[in-house]
Amino acid sequence: MGQLLLGLINGSFYAVLSLGLAVIFGLLNIINFSHGAQYMMGAFVAWMLLNYLGIGYWPALVLAPLIVGATGIVLEKVALSRLYKLDHLYGLLLTFGIALILQGLFRNYYGISGLPYQIPASLSGGQNLGFMFLPNYRAWIVVASVVVCFATWFMIEKTRLGAYLRAATENPALVGAFGINVPRMITLTYGFGVALAAFAGVLAAPIYAVNPNMGADLIIVVFAVVVIGGMGSIMGAIVTGYGLGLIEGLTRVFYPEGSAVVIFVIMAIVLLIKPEGLFGRAA
Amino acid sequence: MREAATLSETATPGGDALLSVSGLNGWYGESHVLHGVEFDVRPGEVVTLLGRNGAGKTSTLCAIMGLLGKRTGSVKFRGTETITLQPRHIARLGIGFCPEERGIFSSLNVEENLMLPPRIAEGGLTVERIYQLFPNLLERRRSQGTKLSGGEQQMLAIGRILRTGAKLLLLDEPTEGLAPVIVQQIGATIRELKKEGFTIVLVEQNLRFAASVADRHCVVEQGRVIDMIPNTELDNNIDKLHGYLGV
Ligand SMILES: Nc1ncnc2c1ncn2[C@@H]1O[C@H](COP(=O)(O)OP(=O)(O)OP(=O)(O)O)[C@@H](O)[C@H]1O
Ligand SMILES: [Mg+2]
Repeated sequence: MGQLLLGLINGSFYAVLSLGLAVIFGLLNIINFSHGAQYMMGAFVAWMLLNYLGIGYWPALVLAPLIVGATGIVLEKVALSRLYKLDHLYGLLLTFGIALILQGLFRNYYGISGLPYQIPASLSGGQNLGFMFLPNYRAWIVVASVVVCFATWFMIEKTRLGAYLRAATENPALVGAFGINVPRMITLTYGFGVALAAFAGVLAAPIYAVNPNMGADLIIVVFAVVVIGGMGSIMGAIVTGYGLGLIEGLTRVFYPEGSAVVIFVIMAIVLLIKPEGLFGRAA
Repeated sequence: MREAATLSETATPGGDALLSVSGLNGWYGESHVLHGVEFDVRPGEVVTLLGRNGAGKTSTLCAIMGLLGKRTGSVKFRGTETITLQPRHIARLGIGFCPEERGIFSSLNVEENLMLPPRIAEGGLTVERIYQLFPNLLERRRSQGTKLSGGEQQMLAIGRILRTGAKLLLLDEPTEGLAPVIVQQIGATIRELKKEGFTIVLVEQNLRFAASVADRHCVVEQGRVIDMIPNTELDNNIDKLHGYLGV
């Protein structure tokens, strides 16, 4: 049971992170390789807010995504936006380079040992459910990620703003010819995807040590999740995120040796049988 | 009833041109496809661009919207020079574009497609009026946009630019590949829109259809307008036109 809960927690991070990647990929058509570093930045910004400014967890949960999202907006404006006319490979290389720079910078100033971040007092402790002990903070991670995922899905699939986004994903030139400012939409979408990564980072800060490599380790798995779910599908990213977290947890129960590789095995199988991913549109 | 009224009423309101294209050159990458297009459209007119396949009709509309890779010359709308503007700024001056491939979004349902183009000015048609013009769209408003029949998609592509307050409509071959009844319905709609004060530039290959809706016809060949024929003088020029169009 505990392993299943752990799987669900991991699934929550997979879901929020792969959702951000899917949102960015949908409109910008780039694979955001700095996503893991931006997740790490979210955790670090929360830590800095607390240790330098005395700003606690709850404000940080809003502020850190805003701050990191703003750096994403600047990055898109000054760098990424110049690359859209070129091959997608350039966007990939640029975001990969940015990730390395960010990780290097944080490693230089904060080392790799990891910084502690306390669980907020209001969420410490837990519930005894009879069959298991449920720590409050872990329950909160699941609730928060489900709410954020659902809100994002709703905004994209059911609102007018989302209709602009979906339309611009299909045919940006025509959407522009209707008078809509597509470049600004692209900038804000990138900022939003990055903010999602930072939000996951703040959620992670109290349970994983805040350290420069926390994103690099996680993001490899998240890319596998995205490949399995299929690029560019919002619901696909969410469902595969939680699903694979649970499968990983189950594997840990029944065949512990396989838990580290099960997602990659599934990825290989999916690539062989349905290369566009479970929820992907055939190219 | 509608047909009798409009075919006899070809009078055009006077005054300056609403759209004035001159010396328009256009390129797709390295390939130079427009070579000095010239024509004017007065307020309230329906003007067609006729020509063979590959003559440059679609390219002319795209160049007016700023959608070609590169364009030079002059495109004035209500006296404002637009040649250096981005497509979104051109649209916001009051031009609605209905592309040749219709451009219905598959990830949007019919109503979302209809509501997509933002309002850019007062005086667009209400949604009720658009559904009244195209009752099929009302019935199918929850369907995925691209699940509609070709004719319904065309109605949707026209309908969605009527809401926005754009007064100049650029329609690229709205009758292409459609059944005769649908073509008649679209013809009736265009005459109705003219009555409501819209100005229309219509790309057409179907001469009979063009003659049933337009005030004037501009003949496009090899990236230029090589002739202009008022609809009232169509009969006297029919052999010449058939020659241009190769029919
Ligand atoms: N995307 C493009 N890239 C390069 N050349 C193009 C492109 N689109 C059109 N052309 C070329 O530009 C010229 C004009 O094409 P255009 O589509 O404007 O013709 P048209 O009059 O609309 O023809 P049709 O009646 O077939 O729609 C043609 O020679 C065509 O091959
Ligand atoms: Mg054409």
